[in-house]
Amino acid sequence: MNAPLRRAGVVVLVLFGLLFANLNWVQAYKADDYRNSDYNPRVQISEYQHQRGTIEASGGVLLAQSAATGDNLKYLRSYPQGAQYAHLVGFKGVNLGSSGIEKLENAYLQGNADSQVTDRWLAMLTGKEPSGGNVLLTLSPTAQKVAYDALANSSVHKGAVVALDPTTGAILAATSAPSFDPNPMASHDTQAAVDAYDKLNKDSNQPLLNRAFSETYPPGSTFKVIDSAAALSAGMKPSDVLQGGPAYTPPQTTHTIPNEQGVVCPDQITLQQALTVSCNTAFSRLAVEKIGADKLKQTAQAFGFEKAPLIDQDSRNVMGVVASHTGSMLDQNGQVDQPTVALSAIGQSNVRMTPLQGALIAATVANGGSQMRPYLINKELTSDRTPTYVARPQQQSRPIDQSVASDLQTMMVSVVENGTGRKAQISGLQVGGKTGTAENGTGNPEHGWFIGFAMKNGKPVAAVAVFLQQAGLSGSGEAAGIAGKVMAAIARERGLM
Amino acid sequence: MVLVGGYAAASEAALVGRVSLGFLGPLITLTAIFFAAHLLIRWLAPHADPVLLPAVAVVNGFGVMFLHRLDVADLKEHGTVKIPLFSGQGGRQLMWTLLAVICAVAVLAVVRDHRSLSRYAYTLGLAGIALMMIPAILPARFSSINGAKLWIRFGSFFAIQPGEFAKILLLVYFSYYLVRKREVLSLASKRILGIDFPRGRDLGPVLAVWLLSLMVLIFEKDLGTSLMYFGMFVVTLYVATERVSWLIIGLLLFLGGAFLAYFLGGTVGGPFANFYERADIWLHPFADPTNKGYQLVQSLLGLGTGGLFGSGPGAGRPDKVPLVQSDFIFAGMGEEIGLFGLTALLAVYLFIAMRGLRAAIGVRDSFGKLFAGGLSFTLGLQVFVIVGGVSKLIPLTGQTTPFMSAGGSSLVANWVLIALLVRISDAARRPADGSGAGRSGGPAAGGGPVKLQDLPTEMLRAGSASGHVGDKS
Repeated sequence: MNAPLRRAGVVVLVLFGLLFANLNWVQAYKADDYRNSDYNPRVQISEYQHQRGTIEASGGVLLAQSAATGDNLKYLRSYPQGAQYAHLVGFKGVNLGSSGIEKLENAYLQGNADSQVTDRWLAMLTGKEPSGGNVLLTLSPTAQKVAYDALANSSVHKGAVVALDPTTGAILAATSAPSFDPNPMASHDTQAAVDAYDKLNKDSNQPLLNRAFSETYPPGSTFKVIDSAAALSAGMKPSDVLQGGPAYTPPQTTHTIPNEQGVVCPDQITLQQALTVSCNTAFSRLAVEKIGADKLKQTAQAFGFEKAPLIDQDSRNVMGVVASHTGSMLDQNGQVDQPTVALSAIGQSNVRMTPLQGALIAATVANGGSQMRPYLINKELTSDRTPTYVARPQQQSRPIDQSVASDLQTMMVSVVENGTGRKAQISGLQVGGKTGTAENGTGNPEHGWFIGFAMKNGKPVAAVAVFLQQAGLSGSGEAAGIAGKVMAAIARERGLM
Repeated sequence: MVLVGGYAAASEAALVGRVSLGFLGPLITLTAIFFAAHLLIRWLAPHADPVLLPAVAVVNGFGVMFLHRLDVADLKEHGTVKIPLFSGQGGRQLMWTLLAVICAVAVLAVVRDHRSLSRYAYTLGLAGIALMMIPAILPARFSSINGAKLWIRFGSFFAIQPGEFAKILLLVYFSYYLVRKREVLSLASKRILGIDFPRGRDLGPVLAVWLLSLMVLIFEKDLGTSLMYFGMFVVTLYVATERVSWLIIGLLLFLGGAFLAYFLGGTVGGPFANFYERADIWLHPFADPTNKGYQLVQSLLGLGTGGLFGSGPGAGRPDKVPLVQSDFIFAGMGEEIGLFGLTALLAVYLFIAMRGLRAAIGVRDSFGKLFAGGLSFTLGLQVFVIVGGVSKLIPLTGQTTPFMSAGGSSLVANWVLIALLVRISDAARRPADGSGAGRSGGPAAGGGPVKLQDLPTEMLRAGSASGHVGDKS
């Protein structure tokens, strides 16, 4: 009977072998899945066990903080600035997931990033309660407030403002209206949090949508800056004479492109004057007859079209930035469709742009043709405020050379001083820009745009894009006014006026 | 004990932030219990396998300390950490350990020769069947806890699981019956496809046990227990007859029965519905993670969170796993001691089962061989069934983890099991020249031994040609 007993022993061995194998599967291979499962209450408990770091705007203005509570989840996340920074800072929900900087910098805020390894060791050795790191954003609180208030008080209450530092690419303000209060989403009452989120999600005004980064709109006449850049790069001068007139009929069609109401555009008009008064006919004809579809698309791409800018070099694109597009400008046979080129030149047809892209164009012109990589995270500070990361500005492209940029600056300054963008003027600063009034489907009021920059003594101060959704024909003027206020706030903050 | 003490201190440190002397109470008590048990075993069974007791003591100690750690965590929520010695789950378990060890020693003292058990085989077997059937017959009010009718409940807080004892009693009967019938069962056979199949009428007892285990499955709603009984029987049958065909028949019958129950549960429902549901949860635990699959999902998440090294004693959240003190104790520990800790713990179980089988191989009489083999295999199988269940290897069943889960019946029954293994290992390792008759000096067994020894040894000689005497492997 010993042989079968040994075999029974082998059976027991095999059974235990199966157990070992299966435990390896569960505890090693699937461990990460299980550890981070939505159904695992330990995830939340451990996340709320230690104090999460703060998110701050420049100057230390608190945008997100965690305060101790008495309940099971030890710390409650709150957003003192409420709706003002909602789209950027995002929120960190108990079981809603997270968004914005809260998501992008989750590991660092939690104290789990690779760069905080020494911090964790120190905390362990000294017996100190570990806590998360702090994230310092590039945002200027005054500019953000001015932009947010201006949008909230605008005629349509819908739109976006993006302000950049042209020399570094730092995002100084970015706001989208309507906005939302992120505080209810961080509630420890998970049902209330879900209800609050659902309510926002169903709101027909789409408050959760970040219009500054995540939506494209027809840019209208602001796209003439791209036309001008293409023309100047091809060797034209601002003083070169274009053929304007009240109407232009592109080849292969009978549809005519008119000028906007009130635009005075003589038959013979210089490039600079055409931009100043925003003459559609001159730019459409210029694009069709001189620039051509390829060159137009290339120039737009050089400025950043067709590729979503990587904010903070975040390849996951947590901030949800989308790419701007020019459209192919081809007909069904793959040939260049001239009527489309004519319309694209004035920012219609299939051309679509994000407000962020608009600000990047203005910033590039102001910065002498060098486009800086946009970024939002200025510094990462450990819990004792030792920096472990400091942003280094980087040039991401150079779409135009210095002389073209300086010609464009002159032309855009002319727009604000003598043309359609007068409302953006700031005393003591040189302001340049371009307005846009974009049709978006028959019957809808036009979008109002302004992209522009402010300079002091030949040095760029700020670049701004303002977008007012379906604000009608007066929208571009209103947008120029808002841009002026935001840039003035930035200049004032820097003691430049 | 040092290991167990270290574990207890570490978990208390992690939980409370400081080490109090509170953990020393249970620890000293445990040490005293096991030391006393060791001395008594040395006295009652001087040749017994010396590693069985320490191995069991480690597992038992970890079980008590884990339950104690749950108490500490529980009390911490309410602000205090002072636990009197025998209170709380850990204290109760400690009390049960004491009782179980006393029972084990008593069994060792009473059963001076394991062969004496075979004299009462029919009585014990009948008692086993009765114990097994009681919960099935009792109204659910007295026998059902968490859907499985495995219990006899006395009042609201005290319940025993008669099945735990029944398995030992039944095994006595199986071994006795098979030793007597093994020749018939092994010799008379038809050869089909190179495998010896038994005659139809010899299938009777196997079918009877199969039906019994199916009845357990259906009326007591417990797959684990039925798998245990059946596995136990099939293996003893195989060991007795050395016929692979029994294994094949047994496996087919069980799989067929289980599949039939699953199929019927899906279509007819009724008594099979519980089984169907369990199998369904096993196949798709995440389909309903907050309700039906909750236990298994939380168990898996706990194990997964532990990962390779575990979160450390006291640093996990085993309270998030339901029934962590009984059925899911393995998952609860897995979170804190990780894959490596669990592997070590499983290795100890494996070690116990293997030493038991070693004793079976070493012992000279057929009854002892069968009995010890059956006991060891059952122990291993039970660990497999419950650990496989909580780690989603097989459908989850309501088995206790031997020596660890909170619960007196299981602890006492398994300690008795170990006592019997110790007794048999004592017989196995006793020098061959020291005659058995000299050992059985008890007045009760005074007249018996001679007669007793006749039966198995005669069977031994007749049964197999290969000599066992002096087999040291």
